Amino acid sequence: MNHSNNMRWALLVGTLAALGAAAPAAALKIELPVETAAFKRGPGADAANEQCRTCHSVDYITTQPRDKPLAFWKAEVEKMKKVYGAPIPDDRIDELADYLARNYGTDK
Amino acid sequence: MDDTDKAKRSPFARRQFLRAAGALGAGSMIGAQALDALAASTYMLPIGNGERPVLQYPQKRPLIVLTSRPPQLETPFEVFNESVITPNDAFFVRYHLAGVPTDIDGDAFRINVKGKVNTPLTLSVAELKKLDSIEYVAVNQCSGNSRGLFNPRVAGGQLANGAMGNAKWRGTPLKAVLDKAGVQAGAKQVRFDGLDGPVLPTTPDFAKALDVDHAMDGEVMIAYSMNDADLPMLNGYPVRLIVPGYYGTYWVKHLNEITVLDGVLDNFWMATAYRIPDDACACVPPGTGPKKTTPINRFDIRSFITSVKDGAKVKAGSPLHLRGIAFDGGFGIREVDVSTDGGRTWKEATLGKDLGKYSFREWQTTVALGRGTHELKVRAVNAIGQSQPSAPLWNPAGYMRNVVETTRVTAA
Repeated sequence: MNHSNNMRWALLVGTLAALGAAAPAAALKIELPVETAAFKRGPGADAANEQCRTCHSVDYITTQPRDKPLAFWKAEVEKMKKVYGAPIPDDRIDELADYLARNYGTDK
Repeated sequence: MDDTDKAKRSPFARRQFLRAAGALGAGSMIGAQALDALAASTYMLPIGNGERPVLQYPQKRPLIVLTSRPPQLETPFEVFNESVITPNDAFFVRYHLAGVPTDIDGDAFRINVKGKVNTPLTLSVAELKKLDSIEYVAVNQCSGNSRGLFNPRVAGGQLANGAMGNAKWRGTPLKAVLDKAGVQAGAKQVRFDGLDGPVLPTTPDFAKALDVDHAMDGEVMIAYSMNDADLPMLNGYPVRLIVPGYYGTYWVKHLNEITVLDGVLDNFWMATAYRIPDDACACVPPGTGPKKTTPINRFDIRSFITSVKDGAKVKAGSPLHLRGIAFDGGFGIREVDVSTDGGRTWKEATLGKDLGKYSFREWQTTVALGRGTHELKVRAVNAIGQSQPSAPLWNPAGYMRNVVETTRVTAA
């Protein structure tokens, strides 16, 4: 992968040099890796996929400390709605919090 | 696996720490990487639930992935022992909102200066470069660097100590731009906004503010160069704000809007987030909340051993060379002390070259350890006498950790 990248870069540098385009600040385009983290399956996973992944990848949740109870997760869900403006219906907050606490918290 | 084996093991689960293509400059179209091979690699941070993927992002070497959308990348701590300057391809990445720019024409990019100014400006990067320029080395550090080490644990980005970096920044003093625009009487703050933004219109856009006096101090900079190269896209290409000595939250990336305000910015990112307990230690008893808060501001003082890892096995009786780094919020490091007996006695280390008051300061010393286990500790003192606490301070957001670090080693 480094080889192909280097090659592409070398070609670009060559092309730019040939065109005499030594721009001080030129176009830069990147492609970000595709996210791979996924929610654990089970009751509530559909809600999590629908509601959480609109704004962020699943690793925002899976990297959180694992020693937290339902209250922690409910507070997080409510923060997403109230503070970050996530359009989470009120009647799905408990479902989401339960799912997160059971799968990523201390509630089994 | 016993502790010795664990100690010897690299935090990289596979030793495929491939070097990135080096300094990728402007004009590049950087394709998606062949990620499959790298995705198999992981890094074990020294925190609970600390296993992370290691991936190579554009213009970066393989780094620790905290989150992928938006991208948040932590620098492997080993990098800080390589050089006092953190290479661009190893520099940490932190975004808040997933509307991240991935395609920017640096020639078409414009910085708008507006609000309480006599002459609103629209500046290209080329025009910016024609104004005065300054250059200095400065540490950027995430407010939540080391949050994963808080006890009790707190919500937020679960970082170990790698959300910091030290770079040589070159750019235009913000003062030069504001003077050109002419700040009007009664101005109180300057608001900074970049190209990155929210996915949903209901999410508060990321924007930050500094008081006018701070913005006009001549040091706050609009940087177009990082370690003598263009800024990597993920570090704010083509320009970002540099607020030396202050936490990274103010270092707005892809800076394209500067607004002089006659009031205090009261958006979510200033009035609710990034606030610390308004007391001398910026701390509260663990598990409690502060009565009053204030916006996070200057770095507190920190120091690290970089040459020996926690859990390492060393040779008993032989001279052991220790080195590391220290930094603070811009007063400058005056002294670094090292203890090999858990903090009972201290020995002053030799400071390395002074790269400026905002830079990492290298230090080194040589110790000898008898057989057995030892707690190595390092603490720094700055030019105004501030030092580090021997026990960690706590606040609910997990900001500003600066406890005296302990590195446990076994000599045999």
